[in-house]
Amino acid sequence: MNQIEPNSFRAGPDEDGRFGLFGGRFVAETLMPLILDLEEAWKTAQGDPAFKAELDGLNSHYTGRPSPLYFAERLTEELGGAKIYFKRDELNHTGSHKINNCLGQILLARKMGKTRIIAETGAGQHGVATATVCARFGLPCVVYMGATDVERQAPNVFRMKLLGAEVIPVTAGHGTLKDAMNEALRDWVTNVESTYYLIGTAAGPHPYPELVREFQSVIGKEAKEQILAIEGRLPDMLVAAVGGGSNAIGLFHPFLDDKDVAIVGVEAGGKGLDGEEHCASLTAGSPGVLHGNRTYLLQDGDGQIKEGHSISAGLDYPGIGPEHSYLKDTGRVEYVPIMDEEALKAFQMLTRTEGIIPALEPSHALAEVIKRAPTMGKDQIIVMNLCGRGDKDVHTVAKHLGMNL
Amino acid sequence: MTTRIEARFSRLKDDNRPALVTFVMAGDPDHETALDIVKALPAAGADVIELGMPFSDPMADGPAIQKAGLRALKAGASLNKTLALVSEFRQVDDTTPIILMGYFNPIYIYGVEAFVADALKVGVDGLIVVDLPPEMDSELCLPALNAGLNFIRLATPTTDDKRLPTVLQNTSGFVYYVSITGITGSAAPDAGKVAAAVDRIKRHTDLPVCVGFGVRTAEQAAEIGRNADGVVVGSALVAAIESSLETGGGTAAVSAVTKIVSDMAAGVRSVSLAKA
Repeated sequence: MNQIEPNSFRAGPDEDGRFGLFGGRFVAETLMPLILDLEEAWKTAQGDPAFKAELDGLNSHYTGRPSPLYFAERLTEELGGAKIYFKRDELNHTGSHKINNCLGQILLARKMGKTRIIAETGAGQHGVATATVCARFGLPCVVYMGATDVERQAPNVFRMKLLGAEVIPVTAGHGTLKDAMNEALRDWVTNVESTYYLIGTAAGPHPYPELVREFQSVIGKEAKEQILAIEGRLPDMLVAAVGGGSNAIGLFHPFLDDKDVAIVGVEAGGKGLDGEEHCASLTAGSPGVLHGNRTYLLQDGDGQIKEGHSISAGLDYPGIGPEHSYLKDTGRVEYVPIMDEEALKAFQMLTRTEGIIPALEPSHALAEVIKRAPTMGKDQIIVMNLCGRGDKDVHTVAKHLGMNL
Repeated sequence: MTTRIEARFSRLKDDNRPALVTFVMAGDPDHETALDIVKALPAAGADVIELGMPFSDPMADGPAIQKAGLRALKAGASLNKTLALVSEFRQVDDTTPIILMGYFNPIYIYGVEAFVADALKVGVDGLIVVDLPPEMDSELCLPALNAGLNFIRLATPTTDDKRLPTVLQNTSGFVYYVSITGITGSAAPDAGKVAAAVDRIKRHTDLPVCVGFGVRTAEQAAEIGRNADGVVVGSALVAAIESSLETGGGTAAVSAVTKIVSDMAAGVRSVSLAKA
């Protein structure tokens, strides 16, 4: 079949939860009835003005939305090219975009009458955001976190515990995000009646990729209004980091049909794509089936999933949300890798030129902006999603800079 | 065409007893030992053999089977070698049904068409693929059925009467009833609830119904076998393989498995199937 340009890049998923080849519902039968219930609850919520009003209210008064669209004047001057704007989701309550999704999903969980929340987390940002909304709504919360990540993200582990969550270190596999997700799925299959699985990224079985995207799209909708108000036109380019890809799809989705807006997703290149130590599933992986969906994965010739590596625990996942796989194959979004070292340099540059300490995840996006902006005209505009703040990463960065805190 | 699975259940019906279905992981703890174990299973009393296809991310499995898969992968297992193992087994046994059980990704990467053809060629009779619910039938289930393989579906406690017809629609060989909501090797199922569930499924299908997840002892096997057409034991066997490795594996692994299988075979042979 010849690939034809779709009328809209925003039409997916179809009723089977597919974005072209990608997505779907590859789950055990035990979970299937619940997945179908979730889909029903999600459809109902979408048409329910009360649901929207409640979520809008929480976004405004609890998270602090809308987040500012900030013109990074000194960085723009320093790079000497395109005007750089940051969508400042790092200013959200809990310090990242993750809260946008957690608030939406906890409202769904309550609608479904679920009494217990589970989640997986890598860097701990999603775990903290989940523990936060569970505290806010008085629901018990269990967070699965790879044992390796528990060690390298100790401040977030403590935060989750303060918020009343139980953090379970996962030692299976290599003890990172993928193993935490396996363990969360095992918990879910065991406690399916009572439990809602609050997935942290725009991946997993349908309808998760769609509903997470919708909850995160608040980022792109605001950014579009804001840039039109400030500049009177759309940006020339959007840039965001992709791990699972929820902050990126949140920024990108409202712009997908604006053909003059170039869109760039930045993957974790780790220590380089030649070796095994990276998480660039779109650039260096191939389509496969994991965690409920078909998408690009890091895998070997036998279909065994490889462990990723990134300096940023939040990007340390061998898969990617299925909609990104679709956007890659259709060519609508360009995906590029950024290495650990480049992200570290970008982290320091932003800190010094703008007085903003970014998380290591958006530091990857920033490194790409640093490459692109000087090649663009001064009348051109880049909007980058500054999706998390770097407080959690100062120990990691200090270690890489050879400092002892 | 009658598959070995259908022939076996038809014969067991004549014998008026439930089947003992045994699960071990291909390539665990290594290819040669796994082959010896599989070859020893029929004589020990296994009626049907489920052979696990190792996968790095077995989401529906408990620690025992997770570790078995990782041991196998570490020892060099692959889907190619799993098929080779079946082929080697078929040289000594052409009647015991073999079912490959696992997750979709290794099959997807192998290529569905090639996999179905190669599986048939080496003597595989059926497939159980945990992460392919009926909604995904076009991926593997339909091509496998068309080629003459059985596609055995899992039904679970969450599969209600409304959903059962969907689950049963493209199921063949037998129905695998997952006795608990949970992962393999979990707590023992409640025999009363299982019996009720088996009866419920039997109201919807004439296929044999086998029960698995959490079955460890001959007594449990006998109790469940009073209603079900078969009892599946898996985690107990792979845990025995793990324990045997402390004493050197090899023949110790083979005898550890055959001892449990013999006990459980005695269990299922102690009961007569309830008359339909």
